[in-house]
Amino acid sequence: MTAIVARGVGIGYPGEVVVPDIDLTVPAGGSLALVGTNGSGKSTLIRTVVGLLPALAGSLSVLDTRPGKAPTRLAYLSQFHASGYILPIRAVDVVGMARYASLGLLGRPGGEDRDVVEWAMETMAIDELRRRPMRDLSGGQRQRVYLAKVLAHRADLIILDEPTAGLDAGGRERYLDAFAAELQRGAALVTATHDIAEAVEYHQVLLLARRVVALGPGRDVLTPDRLMETFGIVISDPHAEHVGRFTVAERTHGSPQTIETRPPPA
Amino acid sequence: MEVLVEPFVESSFMFRALVAGVLVAVACAVIGTFVVLRGLAFIGDALAHGVLPGIAAAILLGLPGMLGAALGAVVMIGGVTLVTSRTRLSSDTAIGLLFVAMLALGVVIVSATGAFQGDLLAILFGQILGTSTEQLVVMAIATAVVVAIALVAARPFLLLSFDPEQADVAGFSSRRYHALMLLLVALTVVVAFQTVGTLLVFGMLLAPAATGALVADRIGRMMIIGVVVGSLSTYAGLLASYWFDVAASATIVLIAVTIFFVVLAISSVRAPRQAGGRTDPVTGETAP
Repeated sequence: MTAIVARGVGIGYPGEVVVPDIDLTVPAGGSLALVGTNGSGKSTLIRTVVGLLPALAGSLSVLDTRPGKAPTRLAYLSQFHASGYILPIRAVDVVGMARYASLGLLGRPGGEDRDVVEWAMETMAIDELRRRPMRDLSGGQRQRVYLAKVLAHRADLIILDEPTAGLDAGGRERYLDAFAAELQRGAALVTATHDIAEAVEYHQVLLLARRVVALGPGRDVLTPDRLMETFGIVISDPHAEHVGRFTVAERTHGSPQTIETRPPPA
Repeated sequence: MEVLVEPFVESSFMFRALVAGVLVAVACAVIGTFVVLRGLAFIGDALAHGVLPGIAAAILLGLPGMLGAALGAVVMIGGVTLVTSRTRLSSDTAIGLLFVAMLALGVVIVSATGAFQGDLLAILFGQILGTSTEQLVVMAIATAVVVAIALVAARPFLLLSFDPEQADVAGFSSRRYHALMLLLVALTVVVAFQTVGTLLVFGMLLAPAATGALVADRIGRMMIIGVVVGSLSTYAGLLASYWFDVAASATIVLIAVTIFFVVLAISSVRAPRQAGGRTDPVTGETAP
């Protein structure tokens, strides 16, 4: 099985190409981080891979079939959640939705389904919120519920669009452990993130700026020059001990510039 | 006690009206739950009134009103789909355009003939007290169909209410199930208008389900509360109409909406949410 194979794929909307000519392969158990500013094409690529948008050009195979044709084997965390505020629904029911793709319309959930939902909630440490309505939860708690829903898919390909949004430190730690374990299990993982420190841990990093800036292992790709091309502004932190620790500021106006920070006066 | 039961035992038309009202309440609570959760109130309203020209034309041609209503609903949904898919206009605009045009067309048809001004009132406010046994049978079948389809499609409908993209990614086409949902709204409207009027159908689609949304913690309970509120309103409205000689359909709607506001007032007093916030036992975070 190969999770994703893209050859010359163009993504975007009718009449608007967002990123042309993407070539990439994510093997089973492989991980890919998508890094770029808002509007760089991260979410567009993700929406194309999960089958919500058609590819504009090239050939794209997801889980050895066309995008959107393997719903039981793919889990997707979107960046925005449409309603959830007026919807009367408990945390456990949201996590349980993960099983719908395999249960179909009328399949009755069995003990295995309940076990996997329970395990996912324990993994994200929300088992005590089980019966609480979603509308009573904080933003960080809701994000944990959505992440537990992704875990409960037991998917072969996991796609996360900015999964750490709104998570507190404890939640972030649980998230990192849980999805490292998913990789260990053999699932492939694609994550859109602003977190360079997280991205550097992935097998591959794709830098996007409405074009493919670079694709490769994090330590080769996440260089100040490349980040400069991607984001416009890079502040190199003189105290950073690790490669890949940069503070990245997004350019909004004008031409790209590098700002060098000085150590604080003694 | 007799005051509360006698009308429905003594007069068979009152009993049929009660059965009709409860059937409408059941269908409306089930599909109205999704109308409320998905913010489809406007399309519900448009369907409830957009069927008017169809009904008027059918009566004019001597055909069953239900046939005309069904045709009106098809034109309405087709028109909205056409405008939203061919333009970048929001569905609100598309629905509004179709709604106004259909209502205007209905009034033009009615005024051109001038023969059945009374029928126009009957279409809008219904003749629940004149429900026939045959109409009851048709309504019972339609209600059963609506409930059965909603049960079978419960998972995609829930996903659709949660996030349409999640429905698509889980393999349930959001377009297809959205269309099915609209079809159920249309079916409810078309079958129910004859007895309870388009105004009551719309009121019953919204008020009981909205009351359920105030207190329920899951969708199934929201529907059950909707059924109870809708049935209670029907019973109380018919009773009021019997003893005080007021218009039945309008009284039923008024009671349903009043129940919504009473429940809203009670739940606001009991749970001043957002005020203090709650501290989460796991993370120690305080909910906003």
